[in-house]
Amino acid sequence: MKARVTVTLKSGILDPQGKAIEGALKSLGVDGIASVRQGKVFDIELAATDKAKAEAALKAAADKLLANTVIENYRVEVLS
Amino acid sequence: MKSAVLVFPGINRERDMARALKLASGNETAMVWHAETSLPAGTDLVVVPGGFSYGDYLRCGAIAARAPVMDAVRDFAAKGGLVLGVCNGFQILCESGLLPGVLMRNAQLKFVCRDVHMRVERSGTPFTRGYNAGQVIRVPVAHGEGNYEADEETLKRLEGDGRVLYRYCSAEGVVDEASNFNGAAHSIAGIVNEGGNVLGMMPHPENHVEEIMGCTDGRGLFAGLVQHHERAA
Repeated sequence: MKARVTVTLKSGILDPQGKAIEGALKSLGVDGIASVRQGKVFDIELAATDKAKAEAALKAAADKLLANTVIENYRVEVLS
Repeated sequence: MKSAVLVFPGINRERDMARALKLASGNETAMVWHAETSLPAGTDLVVVPGGFSYGDYLRCGAIAARAPVMDAVRDFAAKGGLVLGVCNGFQILCESGLLPGVLMRNAQLKFVCRDVHMRVERSGTPFTRGYNAGQVIRVPVAHGEGNYEADEETLKRLEGDGRVLYRYCSAEGVVDEASNFNGAAHSIAGIVNEGGNVLGMMPHPENHVEEIMGCTDGRGLFAGLVQHHERAA
């Protein structure tokens, strides 16, 4: 079973890396960039075949390690 | 005072720390590998040193904070044992939940490696006993992620309870924007937990303890810890 965990900074948390990327995109002349926030994507393969179990495991992974919930939100998606 | 310095893959300041601790206490320091599940018997102080544990992968300190030895450190801290985290050690303590908040990228996105000044906000704590309140000390920093941030509630509590022990300042002791080189909230350089027995700080006092280093301002922290321990014994 394939899954994806996306970790993003909570709104209001300063993201200097996103800001730098935003500046670079603007200087490249890419049209209409309003703002950029940088996050992380984890593509994970699971042995589980039960969707609910897989989601529970991914949630545990995100809470325990993948995200620092002080500053980050995460989203869990089971892809197949 | 018996000290234990934790060693994680990618840590690089553990020898400096052990040397500073030996200078202050006269005792050899135990080096404790991250896979251990207990601390040496009779440990009085646990130090999480600086460096780049696990190459700063995922988030600085995130993987080290989940190492087996950290459960033993949590138990030790819960019983009132003294824990000091410096630089990456501070990041590891925040990630492990022993200290509140988080160390973000420096506001200017630069890795800063130079001497800075910090003001000792309170004396009389185990971690500041060797200084006077208001004293300004010069210490080196070397980090890219030292910008301390926490939610308003937490900052209010830290300030209200006098848990900010060290703050970045000018050479004259003025806390201002110019001296807050990494953008930390309230110019925070070092904080303690609620029990006052766990300190995290970004600067490296262990690198200013001998004449040959050009400055000995860091000695007070270690001398204070030894003094605290002797009093308690």
